[in-house]
Amino acid sequence: MRVNLTVNGRPRTADDVWEGESLLYVLRERLGLPGAKNACEQGECGSCTVRLDGDLVCACLVAAGQAEGADVTTVEGLAEADGTLAPVQRAFLDAGAVQCGFCTPGLLMVADDLLASHSNPTDGDIREALSGNLCRCTGYEKILDAVRLAAARADGTAPR
Amino acid sequence: MEYLRPADWPEALAAKAAHPDAVPLAGGTDVMVELNLDRRRPGHLLDLGRIAALRTWETTARTVRLGAAVPYRDVIARLSTELPGLALASRTVGSPQIRTRGSVGGNLGTASPAGDAHPALLAAGATVEAVSVRGTRHIPIDDFYLGPKRNALAPDELIRAVHIDAARGPQQFAKVGTRNAMVIAVCAFALALHPHTRTVRTGIGSAAPTPVRAPRAEAFLCGLLEEGGHWSSGAPLPPSAATRFGELAAAACAPIDDVRGSAAYREHAVAVLARRTLHRTWNAYRTSNDAAITGGEPPCA
Repeated sequence: MRVNLTVNGRPRTADDVWEGESLLYVLRERLGLPGAKNACEQGECGSCTVRLDGDLVCACLVAAGQAEGADVTTVEGLAEADGTLAPVQRAFLDAGAVQCGFCTPGLLMVADDLLASHSNPTDGDIREALSGNLCRCTGYEKILDAVRLAAARADGTAPR
Repeated sequence: MEYLRPADWPEALAAKAAHPDAVPLAGGTDVMVELNLDRRRPGHLLDLGRIAALRTWETTARTVRLGAAVPYRDVIARLSTELPGLALASRTVGSPQIRTRGSVGGNLGTASPAGDAHPALLAAGATVEAVSVRGTRHIPIDDFYLGPKRNALAPDELIRAVHIDAARGPQQFAKVGTRNAMVIAVCAFALALHPHTRTVRTGIGSAAPTPVRAPRAEAFLCGLLEEGGHWSSGAPLPPSAATRFGELAAAACAPIDDVRGSAAYREHAVAVLARRTLHRTWNAYRTSNDAAITGGEPPCA
């Protein structure tokens, strides 16, 4: 079947989509957007997190057909068109919050979403927001540092 | 595989009648896992996403009619006053990403003994609104769970909504798992006090082939509260009562050993959760304005 959707602001069409296929597969294998990662395929790891009509979802648990007409943002859509990194991306780099990098796209999506709704998140808010994203390098402390840094920069209490 | 995308509810019912093997798809948090991991290849997927009414609810003083596809996120954010036990249970479902998509209707459709909503529904009191082209049935929640991942739905029926009694007393839910997020219950326990009828109801998850109530524990607690005049006085419960309540709750379990825990551990943990939720609900009742003003109501069933 054919699926039409908007990805990172651009109308896209995927053809020959299998009826049982996930949005994740469409993004990675049909639309050439490998940012969202394919790991557990059961909603446990959060590495395929994207925004679907404004909500954070695991792309592996969204059927391709359910994304028909939807507005999807992937990690490729976080940075500016000129390549300027989004604040959370810059903070992850500066805080050293990346090890193997596999969980990073999902974490960037949830961190970006958290900071959009919480200008000054508590550690509890951050842990709750990130609770569906696994880092098997166990780099959580640096990841928490990065989210705190991005939040502090956003409200002007840390230099950019 | 054929992908069916009905535009409205009558179309969905017609599709389910024409294709009884069609698997309903809403949040996808169960169905997509089975497709992704090659565990299931249904002939038809029935995408209910275009039926917006499934994601709405209606509240009266006595009942909440919860649309089958209302995500857990909304139960937590919008219905914690009317459905405190279910809201607590919803808080323990998966992660934010899962709670945005998963729904009580999905939990009921899957009917896993480990589904987090089930104990809260059993304790609160609920009926499942099951609809087909033949008509509508209201299935009492006590009759809904038939076996592991088996429920009372006919092949041509879809869950339209769940009717849940609005709380008129304290409710609690507690769950054992290895961490606070992304965890399938090792076991779970829900307790609801119903002061207006001077009854209590329980629900146990992940400790029997289906979600179950603990009828003997309920009867024991009911009798104790009635005989001791506790509903009226709000007096503290004797410690031995909580212990006995826990023992009877554990006796209602029929658990198995599996990767998440042993049968013996589950029975022990259910007893602990039963005692804990009893303390929490009774303390909430005692400190609420309801205590000492509920005399003259019907006796305990």
